[in-house]
Amino acid sequence: MSTIGINTRTEIRRVLQDHARLPVDIDSIGDEADLFQAGMTSHASVNVMLALEDAFDIEFPDRMLKRSVFESVDGIASALEELEDKAA
Amino acid sequence: MSVLLERDQAFVDDVRAIADGVAAEHAEEVDRDARFPVEAVSALREAGAMGAYVPEELGGGGVSLEALARSCYELGRRCSSTAMVFAMHQIEVVTIARHLEGAPWFESYLRDVAAQQRLIASVTSEIGTGGDMSRSIAAVTPGEDGLASFEKQAPTVSYGAHADDLLTTARRHPQAEAGDQVMVLTLAGQATLTPVGIWDTLGMRGTCSPGFVVSAQFPAEQVLEAPFSQVMNESFVPVSHILWSHVWLGIATEAFERGRRFVREAARRKPGEPVPAAAALSRVMSELSLLRAEVELGLREFLLHSEGDREHLKTMGAMLRFNNLKLAASEQAPRVCQGVLEVIGIAAYRNDSPFSVGRHLRDALSARLMIANERMHAVDAGLLMIAKAVY
Repeated sequence: MSTIGINTRTEIRRVLQDHARLPVDIDSIGDEADLFQAGMTSHASVNVMLALEDAFDIEFPDRMLKRSVFESVDGIASALEELEDKAA
Repeated sequence: MSVLLERDQAFVDDVRAIADGVAAEHAEEVDRDARFPVEAVSALREAGAMGAYVPEELGGGGVSLEALARSCYELGRRCSSTAMVFAMHQIEVVTIARHLEGAPWFESYLRDVAAQQRLIASVTSEIGTGGDMSRSIAAVTPGEDGLASFEKQAPTVSYGAHADDLLTTARRHPQAEAGDQVMVLTLAGQATLTPVGIWDTLGMRGTCSPGFVVSAQFPAEQVLEAPFSQVMNESFVPVSHILWSHVWLGIATEAFERGRRFVREAARRKPGEPVPAAAALSRVMSELSLLRAEVELGLREFLLHSEGDREHLKTMGAMLRFNNLKLAASEQAPRVCQGVLEVIGIAAYRNDSPFSVGRHLRDALSARLMIANERMHAVDAGLLMIAKAVY
């Protein structure tokens, strides 16, 4: 059973708060909203990826290292879910 | 290089004939006077080159990206400015063809490109963005009568005053973030270009690329729907780096050929005696081999993914790969030219000698500034921290 739930999304949001350098508060952005359109730069997104790998103790494989995977809280959550399913 | 299709081969042969003929004939004058290579570009138009990549069903030549790349190389050997104008135009055509997503306006536009041999220039760089193409200040602004507009301060627009149409990046709407961009195709008559300064440069003088303030008004259907962030990674950036690097390979190869002619003449003058310059040229040849290997491999790797697996092109590994093609080729091409200069000596340094490589060196030095290498190294530094497979 997937453990990706509210706690995970809270943790994703904490990482985004610390590293995405958004011009707006992360709480004002929905789970499905486009983070790049909200102002996350490519440079900031790399820091988000590094912080997510650290926070969840995972490594994103190359096929996941692209903009579309990291463009929303939902996108990140489903990537983490997929990695967790693989590990299980 | 692999065997080209007959159609591709015929096109490359046509372009080579233009390169060896009218482009070579005017190259020195184009460079000296910093004037647009009108003769070569007219000849390319007559050969249907502007619509070469447009699919056959839209009235174009239907040639492959590989044929375009080889054409860039052939032109690069004879006239860098002609080659770069050709390359830039084809980048715009390939980008539109790969991302029009069935939009009727863009299909009909490509028909016009083929039928009327329209020349497209791109307006991607912008003053105030620090050279970062993935950010815009200019925005597509809705207006009256279904028309939209933008105004953009461009530090350089290659052959801006000589193009028919412009492909411009801008924010999707006035409230959009800097990275939320689209591409807009504006036709002659829809855009006004006000030049800012003149084009009097070290090299690539015939591309006539001064700064312009571009202001345009156009129907909304002329906005390419696909986000530029996607277009950039799937096509615009890798195709730019592939075609540019073939131009640079052509420039470096011609410099090397001048070195070979010099060495052969030296050998003929004193038969049986050692030719020290030949040993030095052998070292330059190995540098040229590295350049050729990287340029051809970059093309191969793109072709491997360009049709079926566009998702791969969006990964950081792929971004690093095609950035590195540009970085490696742009640093290696002038190295080859400079190596030849040292082999030949004063006869290469002179402008009035058949062994002159001054123009080639000056033109090749533009490579590292077309999207500044320092800026690209900084981007790659970020990607290197997270990407897993780096090749």
